[in-house]
Amino acid sequence: MTAPARLSAPPEACRDALGERLTFDRSTPGKQGVLLPPLDVPEAALPTDLLRDELRLPEMSQLDVVRYFTALSRLNYSIDTGFYPLGSCTMKYNPKVDEQIAALPGFAQLHPLQPEETAQGTLRLMYELQEMLAEITGLHTASLAPMAGAQGEFAGLLVIKAALEASGRGGRTRVLVPDAAHGTNPASAAMCGFEVVSIPTGADGDIDLTALDAALDERVAALMLTLPSTLGLFDRNILRVSRAVHAAGALMYGDGANLNAIAGQVRPGDLGFDVMHINVHKTLATPHGGGGPGAGPIAVTEALAPFLPAPHVARDAEGRYRLVTPERSIGRLGAFHGNVGVLVRAYAYLRALGAEGLREMSTAAVVHANYVQARLREAYALPYDRRCMHEVVFSGSKQRARGVRTLDIAKRLIDYGFHPPTIYFPLIVEEALMIEPTEAEGKESLDAFCDAMLAIAREAEEAPELLRQAPVSAPLRRLDEATAARRPVLRWRPDPRSEERDRGGE
Amino acid sequence: MLATIGVADESELFADIPAEYRNPTLRLPPPLAEADLLRELTALAAMNRPVGELVSFLGGGAARHYVPGIVPAILGRSEFYTAYTPYQPEIAQGTLQSAFEFQSMVCELTGMDVANAGMYDGASAFAEACLMATAVTGRRRIAALETVEPRYLEAVRTYASGRGLPVDRIASPEELTSAHACLAIQQPNGYGCFEDGAQLGVAAHAVGALYVVHTDPLALGLFRPPADDGADIVTADGQALGVGLNFGGPSVGLFACRERFLRYMPGRIVGRTRDLDGRIGYVLTLQTREQHIRRERATSNICTAQQLLALAVAVYLAALGPRGLRQVAELCYHRAHYAAERIAALPGYRLAFPGKTFFNQFAVVCPRPPREVLAAALRQNVLAGLDISDRIANGLLICVTEMNPRAEIDLLVETLGAAAEERP
Repeated sequence: MTAPARLSAPPEACRDALGERLTFDRSTPGKQGVLLPPLDVPEAALPTDLLRDELRLPEMSQLDVVRYFTALSRLNYSIDTGFYPLGSCTMKYNPKVDEQIAALPGFAQLHPLQPEETAQGTLRLMYELQEMLAEITGLHTASLAPMAGAQGEFAGLLVIKAALEASGRGGRTRVLVPDAAHGTNPASAAMCGFEVVSIPTGADGDIDLTALDAALDERVAALMLTLPSTLGLFDRNILRVSRAVHAAGALMYGDGANLNAIAGQVRPGDLGFDVMHINVHKTLATPHGGGGPGAGPIAVTEALAPFLPAPHVARDAEGRYRLVTPERSIGRLGAFHGNVGVLVRAYAYLRALGAEGLREMSTAAVVHANYVQARLREAYALPYDRRCMHEVVFSGSKQRARGVRTLDIAKRLIDYGFHPPTIYFPLIVEEALMIEPTEAEGKESLDAFCDAMLAIAREAEEAPELLRQAPVSAPLRRLDEATAARRPVLRWRPDPRSEERDRGGE
Repeated sequence: MLATIGVADESELFADIPAEYRNPTLRLPPPLAEADLLRELTALAAMNRPVGELVSFLGGGAARHYVPGIVPAILGRSEFYTAYTPYQPEIAQGTLQSAFEFQSMVCELTGMDVANAGMYDGASAFAEACLMATAVTGRRRIAALETVEPRYLEAVRTYASGRGLPVDRIASPEELTSAHACLAIQQPNGYGCFEDGAQLGVAAHAVGALYVVHTDPLALGLFRPPADDGADIVTADGQALGVGLNFGGPSVGLFACRERFLRYMPGRIVGRTRDLDGRIGYVLTLQTREQHIRRERATSNICTAQQLLALAVAVYLAALGPRGLRQVAELCYHRAHYAAERIAALPGYRLAFPGKTFFNQFAVVCPRPPREVLAAALRQNVLAGLDISDRIANGLLICVTEMNPRAEIDLLVETLGAAAEERP
């Protein structure tokens, strides 16, 4: 198989957009892309001492702005342009009708503080989404306030902290986090004032029960667990784990990053989770936006519901929907009600699927990952040789032995027209390659990807230099990230000399 | 595929899930085909009365502003909205270069040295700025001026509660002590008035605290940037800059600071570098601050934020340019002042802070409870403002933007006048 170079060298228009010339450099004095209405009221006196002298922003025609950003867009790889098996990120298809729905003026042009009686449609949608998320997770109540998964973690841990304090179990200072966890877990725990204790993963990929038992004492507030884990494995001792955590007086926090594997198959609440967050931009198909906006609703048990963040949507006796602050709320996470525009899309996705559709979704996601595992298991090392869930984690250790890094494999995939998997994560797998195909892809694209991975494994044996030089067909070749960090240039400057000053200043 | 995997039935792949809990019955609404989905959701949207249908003078941290057609057109490029975090810079220059544009524009607007690629929203950015100040100074107390919008203060309290950091809501800079990590203010403040920004900056620095300023980015089209007042960290909400309302979210938080605090900054940062052939390109950088590298020692837990809305801001600012932004700010300013003058002349109404400089938001004291005034106005399809009687007796906060032509302002004045006389 030869590299198809699907994302081949960009056309000249895109080349021109690349790198050197930013909007500021394309500025022509006097140009303006959008005209404003004329002033139709008497001019008021301006406070001259408070006015700014100058404002350096680009001056461009509308067409120039459109061409520039359109050209930039063409330098991006995206779900709509190709297979994007970025592990742990669930890069599934984002239904177009959901965009259409979110853009309806009734949803998009609503002010967050307008009277509740003028926003009943959105409030009802939010209420029903809360109910649906509680149902899917098997928990009692959901809050839509967190604006991303990490903020959901922060809110969920604050809920745990407040609930423990309220029940006389305050003073618990530790949160247990498996070594395979996402970095947000320990970072969120630290933001909540907890000390993080890392729990090792056993050789079989499940959490090390001996280590867990040893760590569980009266100092522990919670265990944060991703299920299935970031190894793509469902912890077979989950009931034993949650019983032990609860027996120690601690609570179970579920990181829902991998909910796409189990939605409709099992309810985390039934397994003993007390709190979990849901990344709607993963499981519920809201677009990733190049790094957001997402949303990270949390669902909790009945005992924890009074502590949820503000606001929460309630329905009163007359069937009216209202924004309320839960009785013992941990407080507000942002200015308003969460990323409602994103939640509209998540709601639409769930309404399209229904319960059976949700189960089919996760079933297909798991079948696809196992298919990739089966096709690649001879060529790549499989450190945890078990059936996986929605993603499979290989190690590039065989190739490493021949002087090829996982980074090289990833970059070579770009030449074959694919977005690389997540690499070097989870941290406990040497040269990790984490592949999440999602349910959305057909067998044809899975096969094309596997063929490319197999071809690359052969190239690693026969022509490793091809990998080390890759990518050669992308808009740019490998970038010097070390210099970027050592001498940061983080903004446009009008003349190169001031850029030099930036560099020297570090 | 099942044959290749070596299972007879897909249920075998779920064997690790405890059998007693597998395949639960989920009570979810039945599935909908696309046409039915669209019909049902359109009906739900029709239960709302969006601004545009209503004449809006609502502010309080978000307001109706014009979103130029170019913004949704660019954001609708699926190469932007169906991509993710640019972990592979060779095939993500669109996102990265746009983020670099955004950072550059935020620096120009605020006058600060460095900016990150965006936070969740203005309030969480403001809260993170306060946490950052505690990290920089090694002090635990946060001081915020009482004129800060209450929702913002609440967010600060939530963020601070994690590490048990005390938050002092202070009336005057004289209450600052050397225990304070920062003085956090809003400029213009939660009532729309300008604070004496320079003097507050001096007061903060006099006790060795950082000066954290939350600003209105649209006002910066016309007014002096916070950097001129000595701000150390500046935050803002990008909602006015092409983002739209969306019932309050998604928006994007702007976050900028002095260069010497760079290593303490939360969030993603994009930097310029070169590829193997010497061509300029952009990458995520200074990642050793971040959770995926530093884990519990990261500057914040923030990961995915609001990249697409940062793009909206960059497109908006490029399309308007300095003159366009100034024109929007001037329209807001002059129309708000016209409205304030006319409302103050109505019998029974007066400005809550007469003589104070304001931008496009101002508080008035109503002759009767604002709740009743607002209800009367709503009957005329006017959202006359925000009830702030919990802060100011009979207080009403009114926000006027480039979306309110004179005829709408005259309607507001007329409506308020009538509401003063109307029997409850």
